[in-house]
Amino acid sequence: MHSFGFRANAVLTFGITILALICAMASISDNFNSPRPSSEIQIKYPIDSGEIKFSFSMQVSLTMNITADLQSLFTWNTKQVFVFVAAEYETPKNALNQVSLWDAIIPAKEHAKFWVQTANKYRFVDQGSNLRGKDFNLTLHWHVMPKTGKMFANKLVIPGYRLPEEYR
Amino acid sequence: MGWMGDTVDSIKSIQIRQLLAQGVSLGMIVTSALIIWKALMCFTGSESPVVVVLSGSMEPGFKRGDILFLHMSNDPIRTGEIVVFNVDGREIPIVHRVIKVHERQETGDVEVLTKGDNNYGDDRLLYAQGQLWLQRHHIMGRAVGFLPYVGWVTIIMTEKPIIKYILIGALGLLVITSKD
Repeated sequence: MHSFGFRANAVLTFGITILALICAMASISDNFNSPRPSSEIQIKYPIDSGEIKFSFSMQVSLTMNITADLQSLFTWNTKQVFVFVAAEYETPKNALNQVSLWDAIIPAKEHAKFWVQTANKYRFVDQGSNLRGKDFNLTLHWHVMPKTGKMFANKLVIPGYRLPEEYR
Repeated sequence: MGWMGDTVDSIKSIQIRQLLAQGVSLGMIVTSALIIWKALMCFTGSESPVVVVLSGSMEPGFKRGDILFLHMSNDPIRTGEIVVFNVDGREIPIVHRVIKVHERQETGDVEVLTKGDNNYGDDRLLYAQGQLWLQRHHIMGRAVGFLPYVGWVTIIMTEKPIIKYILIGALGLLVITSKD
């Protein structure tokens, strides 16, 4: 009853059970956080300035001004927040198309309030050639990755963007 | 030295009935582990409810050795979800994020493109020859939860099988020599 083996076994089992319990509690504590993120995205529109370009393969290059305040998403159990901007639109063949244009990783609360001006990181290209004159929504998604436990994701939809009709 | 002598004595004094009883209790442990695993498969709707992260393509979010809890529901697949998928011809499942979704009007079939957060390019290089998109049947589950470091046990046991044998041998010895 008091051999080394028994004692080691008891300590290990107890240790692992408590560790599992703490991880679960850390994850549950994330539920008490009610985040209030906000964001604004502007696309440089005027086609004369050459900021939106269509290329041969019908892919769009554009420049975005993204402002966001995601500080309220961070809790003590947050390891990083993955944020990305996607364009959503509908085509005759596809009920929904979502194309991710830009993403970034926010490692800490201090970096969560940011302004960035960037060209799209990933190609904005459709499965057909439906992008001319297309109305689309921009959605800012965030994915909270915890130090342990359940992950949360949500999004903010900003409607009302439109691609120009003409080639450049 | 006294401990060694005791161990040898206890091995010599094993009776058949005691051995059988211990065999049964070992079998019960293995079976209940299997039952829990199968129940988890049912509960999460995924073929493998827990996966270990093997590569660094999702760093800094997921590091090698972390384990992910998966869940598969009939909800449509949307960008930003972290999915685990199998490519035809590769046995190891890959865990990456969805960056593009195209969903058909009538049927609701989806075509999906994925990318690892830490990779420069998307996953088209990883898909099968000539494959440009993933379909729903390739996807085994969505990652919903995560535990750090716990998966190292599995990685060590897979990459250095000698440790697996040593562990099983030691466990077997413990079971046989315990007086219960």
